Amino acid sequence: MNTMKMLDRLTPWVLACSLAGCASAPPSAELDQQAVAAIKASFRDQGIAKVDRLNQDLGQQACSSASPPPPEVAKRIEEQALASIRWPAGGRYIGDWREGEKLAQNGRGMTWTDASAAAKDNGGSCYNCHQIERKEISFGTIGPSLWNYGKLRGVKDAADPASLPIVQYTWGKLWNSKSYAACSNMPRFGHMGLLDEDQLRNLMALLLDPKSPVNQ
Amino acid sequence: MLGVLVALLGVVPVQAQKSAADGIAEYRKMLEDGNPAELFEARGEALWKQKRGPKGASLEACDLGKGAGVVKGAFVELPRYFADTGRVQDLESRLVSCMQALQGFDAAAIANTPFGRGEQDNVTALATYVAASSKSLRFNLPQSHAEERRMYEIGKRVFYFRGGPYDFSCASCHGEDGKRIRLQDLPNLTKNPGDGVGFAAWPAYRVSNGQMWGMQLRLNDCYRQQRFPFPGFGSEATVALGVFMGVNAKGAESIAPSIKR
Repeated sequence: MNTMKMLDRLTPWVLACSLAGCASAPPSAELDQQAVAAIKASFRDQGIAKVDRLNQDLGQQACSSASPPPPEVAKRIEEQALASIRWPAGGRYIGDWREGEKLAQNGRGMTWTDASAAAKDNGGSCYNCHQIERKEISFGTIGPSLWNYGKLRGVKDAADPASLPIVQYTWGKLWNSKSYAACSNMPRFGHMGLLDEDQLRNLMALLLDPKSPVNQ
Repeated sequence: MLGVLVALLGVVPVQAQKSAADGIAEYRKMLEDGNPAELFEARGEALWKQKRGPKGASLEACDLGKGAGVVKGAFVELPRYFADTGRVQDLESRLVSCMQALQGFDAAAIANTPFGRGEQDNVTALATYVAASSKSLRFNLPQSHAEERRMYEIGKRVFYFRGGPYDFSCASCHGEDGKRIRLQDLPNLTKNPGDGVGFAAWPAYRVSNGQMWGMQLRLNDCYRQQRFPFPGFGSEATVALGVFMGVNAKGAESIAPSIKR
């Protein structure tokens, strides 16, 4: 950044400072603006990763601080997220857990070194953050363990109407994780087009199919 | 060296079955005896003293914050404010400023050179040398200049800034104690994560790809995995993050250059 640009950016603070009597640091809201300006000036397009990825939506913006957003804002984020969920065609929620395991293992996709942003070229990155199949010891701990996910929730048959609430909750969590926690660390796999319906069905099977190794 | 590394790599899966994290720590310990970072350190020292560039000068008059030519102790006080450039600079961007001012290199051209190539590779070697000269010293970044304090505040906001297709910020992975991605331990960078951890461990030699990484490349690859666009070398956001992490690490012992998986 050249000096002129930096002066432009500092001007409002310097003015406020001279009017209000000089404080030792610019006020918080001014720093917020300066930080966004610094971010916009610091990144450039590379491959599929364009600078428009820095344009925040309500949830990203509200969850960009050490403290959570006010309850009414969190509620609005969750309501919008819930309304965004696209339920699967034909009410078919469950695919093939074997394919789901492969997706869960696959941490690729959406970086500037990936050639394509298409869902078919993305993994789910699930093991990066979650324990899932117990045989896989290389798992992350940012998210909760999903070992025995369906079993612990009493899912004996994912197609049974009695299972529908947990089946729908799980679909919603995968589609848009912010539906149930405004600032969830988990990506919004359906909502952001990271995974398609069939891929999500396969992850659903990994978690909920009683035959899946997750539920043994 | 390669034969030794391959032999050691062969040990890892066996240890991973016992206890993955312990195994990796043990493996790193074994590698410390022969850290290839020392080769970069030696090359960096030679580059520091060598007359180079259009002006045919060495870097021995470069002020890294403790006066012209003072190398020891400089690393653990960076990033800091420099009056001659009018901005806060981290180690690597400061080295490039000195290469331009003293040796006549084109700073913008170096900043646009891919990591590991041409003068960028020399910057990494120089950074390794300067960091190694502060080994076992404790981080103590200055915060006396208003711009240093402002950059800490900007860095904090950059750290928590969520964006991209995965909604990630630095804090998604580095905001809590005791978390991992796969088997990789993640330092909590919102506070002092401990001696030789996080900011106090880079530059580092990466065994997995045989590369020497400075903090700029470390941050660059974090942002790649964060699914963000590409951060400019020495850009304000990256330097501000350095201030945030460095100030938070106050009192942490530097082990740079370290060795990583």
